[in-house]
Amino acid sequence: MNEPRILIVEDEANIRRFVRLTLAAEGYEVFEAASLERGLIEAGTRRPDMLVLDLGLPDGDGIDLIRDLRAWSQAPVIVLSARSREDDKIAALDAGADDYLVKPFGAGELLARVRAQLRRWQDRTADGAPQIAFGDVVVDLVKRSVTHAGDALHLTPIEYRLLVHLAQHGGRVLTHLQLLQAIWGPGHSEDSHYVRVHMANLRKKIEADPSRPRHLLTEAGVGYRFVMSE
Amino acid sequence: MIALRELALRRTADRVDTQMQDWRRAAQGGALGQPVWATRDALLACIGPGEGGEAVVRSTARLATQSDLPWHAVFVDAPAQQRVDPAARQQALRALKLAQDLGAMTVTPTGIGVAQALVRYAREHNLSRLVLGRRQGRRRWRLSMTERLADLTPDMDMLQVPLPKKAPGRQRAADTPAKKPHWPGYAAAVAACALVALLAGALHGVLELTNIVMLFLLAVVGVALLYGRGPATLAALLGVAMFDFFFVPPRMSFNVSDVQYLITFAVMLVVALVIGQLTAGLRAQAHAATEREGRVRGLYQMARELSAALAAEQVAEIGARFLQAELGARSALLVADDANRLRLQPGASAEVDMAVAQWCFDRGEAAGRGTDTLAPSAALMLPLKAPMRLRGVLAVLPAQAMLLTLEQRQLLDTCASLLAISLERIHYIQVAQSTTVQMESERLRNSLLAAISHDLRTPLAAMVGLADALALTQPALAGEQAEIAQAIRASSLRMSVLVNNLLDMGRLESGSVQLRRQWQPLEEVVGSALAACAPSLQGRDVAVRLAPEVPLLHLDAALFECVLVNLLENAVKYTPPATPLQIAAEPQGEAVRITVDDEGPGLPPGREEAVFEKFERGSKEAAAPGVGLAICRAIVQAHGGRMHGENRIVDGRVAGARFVITLPRGEPPQDDGSQAAVLPDNAMP
Repeated sequence: MNEPRILIVEDEANIRRFVRLTLAAEGYEVFEAASLERGLIEAGTRRPDMLVLDLGLPDGDGIDLIRDLRAWSQAPVIVLSARSREDDKIAALDAGADDYLVKPFGAGELLARVRAQLRRWQDRTADGAPQIAFGDVVVDLVKRSVTHAGDALHLTPIEYRLLVHLAQHGGRVLTHLQLLQAIWGPGHSEDSHYVRVHMANLRKKIEADPSRPRHLLTEAGVGYRFVMSE
Repeated sequence: MIALRELALRRTADRVDTQMQDWRRAAQGGALGQPVWATRDALLACIGPGEGGEAVVRSTARLATQSDLPWHAVFVDAPAQQRVDPAARQQALRALKLAQDLGAMTVTPTGIGVAQALVRYAREHNLSRLVLGRRQGRRRWRLSMTERLADLTPDMDMLQVPLPKKAPGRQRAADTPAKKPHWPGYAAAVAACALVALLAGALHGVLELTNIVMLFLLAVVGVALLYGRGPATLAALLGVAMFDFFFVPPRMSFNVSDVQYLITFAVMLVVALVIGQLTAGLRAQAHAATEREGRVRGLYQMARELSAALAAEQVAEIGARFLQAELGARSALLVADDANRLRLQPGASAEVDMAVAQWCFDRGEAAGRGTDTLAPSAALMLPLKAPMRLRGVLAVLPAQAMLLTLEQRQLLDTCASLLAISLERIHYIQVAQSTTVQMESERLRNSLLAAISHDLRTPLAAMVGLADALALTQPALAGEQAEIAQAIRASSLRMSVLVNNLLDMGRLESGSVQLRRQWQPLEEVVGSALAACAPSLQGRDVAVRLAPEVPLLHLDAALFECVLVNLLENAVKYTPPATPLQIAAEPQGEAVRITVDDEGPGLPPGREEAVFEKFERGSKEAAAPGVGLAICRAIVQAHGGRMHGENRIVDGRVAGARFVITLPRGEPPQDDGSQAAVLPDNAMP
């Protein structure tokens, strides 16, 4: 099987170079584009398995590229953004991005995210698994039961749905809005505290130390990320 | 139910009334003959000259308030009343002013007769009830105003208000200036009669006596036209006398040979008097109309000029010009600034007594000459009442030492309100301009901050990344080189933190930060902060003790995470390695108290406040001066909370530093969405 193909869309040459060097050292096949237009062409011709995309491009908004891409591809997208631009991140995630990295970021962080997304992408055909297991917790999707170190955990219907939804999108950052729509349906976009309250309850039942969660991570001001293991 | 029904009926009546008023105005010419339709009660207070006006106004106002009716007050300015002495007119004017203050619509229509003018006005405005004064001891032979009105308007209600008895002669003696006698007019009347007599004498043989009568009548008309009522009367009397003396046989004697001539004299006298009066009245009306037209034109002109004015100085200048032209009065305009201090506008031509002006402004009432307050003052002060608030004071110094007539006073009031509206308009133009400038500068500042932050962060991000990439190059770096690459990376990261803090501070200080507040459990924010500074905590023990009673808090998660991260990193920086930290929270009345404790040396004594200053460091050894704590405090304050630092004293010695954040509890939403979720029926076993 070929090495995974990754497309970098970033206008800053030095950051592009660093991302290319890092990914190439891991053995990925890397393509580059410095503009939105070029990025779309490369994405269309190279058919990458994954995109690393800067949001602030000189000829347009990276979010538009995500929307265009999502029309024909489900390949994971990692967004690069500046800090304190939560709105941009949320907009990108809602448009279909899978994860984001805040500049400045190191090679280690980048590789960890890329690996997680690629694994998710390659496992996409293997869904339908009857069980999700992480840490001491086993979620049985057929029996709709959750056990913690062998003991049955009692979750409310909302907590169960929240957990399953997050686990099925493991590694992705899900925004409050996405979770609200998945569990409460449309029309609750202002009620992000619903998610937070039930998430806090869920953490108390699943995490050993709820203020230092290992699986149900908070992305401050953006949403949540489910992580299988450390 | 009854009250509701009453309300509904009134509302309907109001509506019908409005529609009908529109129709009446549209069909104005024809509508005057129409009777009043009593769709909705409305009162008309008819003010006459003299002291009765006030009583009428007060009664009408009381009636109107009792039954919540609209009302009008009218003082008919007929030529017949131009002979009214000024003091009485002044009283009528005051009554009118009172009516205005009590909420009436006030008008001074003109007409040939008072009754006709009243009826005309009532018809135009569909007023169904007239309120009039009734004076005791009225002369029997004269038809009272009420009776005349009753004849004209069988369809209207008439209410009479008893008036106090006149104090005879008092006013006239008190404040009427002696009337100027019209000697030239009377002289001209005599001359005209003499001229006619001479002319007719010369043509005695040629002219019939009848034609001589005509010549005398002509003279009367001429005198009436030129000099008015008094001289015309004199000319009429003199004409009859001269006709008798010079022309009726026997001539040069007042004796009359033929008794029939007595009829001629009588008719001649009556005709001459009537023609004289009518002509003089016409002249007076024409005169009044011309004056009125001139004033209205002046007002139009001023309004047009004011609409183009863009500064208070221009308004002052236009107002002064108008008053000079229309009243020959000197004036000054005082405009109130934002602190309600009156400032004299340049171009004032009158001396202003600031104390009187201030009084006038504070009370919003006219003061100075011709008013009830501070009457000895030379100038008349009028408050400039605009819809929103008082805008200033107009000081008017009339040219002659005379009382202002009713029309002049009304002209002044109109002028004052025009000036007030213009000043208000200018005020709001300025407000709009400064708002635009402010918005523009804010936009500029934001885009500048965004540009700086992008330009500073991008190279830093590249440095961090490239330092990492260096370590990945083949062949692998030697130990020392790898260390250098690591040092470059660490320095860049530190720089990046500093840049972020500075930019945040800039944002917070410029007030351009929009909090994205949401209700959330404090635990979540603490969790994400701990995760964010996990690398710098280097495995330190951080105890988290959040009381379960802590409610949801209304926070901007990202900014509040920044506060906690800053506090934790500070603690790491200033305390010995491996000493434990603690984050705790508990509700405290209407607030929630969050504390971050360390077990270090504590804050320098006496400098607990100073550490919140920008570019302050806790101790000299610390590496980078920063804005960390200043940012924390700014963020907490933006959330409506407070933040301070203190030392924890245990057993009389400092056990460590403690930072305390107090946040208002607010009103957390009660609904947690348990009922609202869209769940499949068999979601759980």
